[in-house]
Amino acid sequence: MNDIIVKNITRIIIPFAQVYGIFIILNGHVSPGGGFAGGAIIGTTLILYTLVFGREKGKKKFSHKASEIAESGGIIWFVTIGLVGLVVADRFLTNINAGFPEGIIGEILSGGMIPLLMIGIGVKVASTMISLFNLLIDEGV
Amino acid sequence: MRKILSNTLFIVLFVVLVYAVFQMPTGANINAPAYNDIARHYLENGASETNAANIIAAILADYRGFDTLGETIVLFTSVVAVGSVLRSTKHDKEVRDHE
Repeated sequence: MNDIIVKNITRIIIPFAQVYGIFIILNGHVSPGGGFAGGAIIGTTLILYTLVFGREKGKKKFSHKASEIAESGGIIWFVTIGLVGLVVADRFLTNINAGFPEGIIGEILSGGMIPLLMIGIGVKVASTMISLFNLLIDEGV
Repeated sequence: MRKILSNTLFIVLFVVLVYAVFQMPTGANINAPAYNDIARHYLENGASETNAANIIAAILADYRGFDTLGETIVLFTSVVAVGSVLRSTKHDKEVRDHE
């Protein structure tokens, strides 16, 4: 797409949208939102970048290697946090009993492992959206 | 003959399903199967047991953490499936061009 208005508006909007997505992921245990919603917002900004600036520039921002690392890393991070509970408290995916810090309810540092899991889910959802999009447009025409 | 039989079976099943739908508890009925002890337990003890202000996140990541792990594995499997179908041909072409 070779339109100067679309390119400049996209360049302005993408940082704000990505910061908003990160905000939703990190506040998932305090306010409505969470890993799935925030990850979808971040994935959408990456898709928007690829749509406006073309596949070659999009490949530089989020390459196939990066998507491989994010895809596997999200699950490995999730399972690692689950294994901490298995080692410490004899149950897979234990929260407070496994020694994760409780914090004060309503603040950003609270909820034990819930924010950590939300980060993993957010990375996973964002990379899944952009990877599926890239795979489909690489094959098409 | 076969068509009449299948149509009759379809009508009988349809009547049974409509009857079952009208037997279900509607709206905010206290006897609805969704309002069992587990829902009450989550609402009363969720904040003290997980220390998360958002009860949805507490259920999603703490009480039902195993389900969420399954959901992320579903996402991973979707990417692997699409990649195994679509990427193989492209990759072969790149390898052939390289040689």
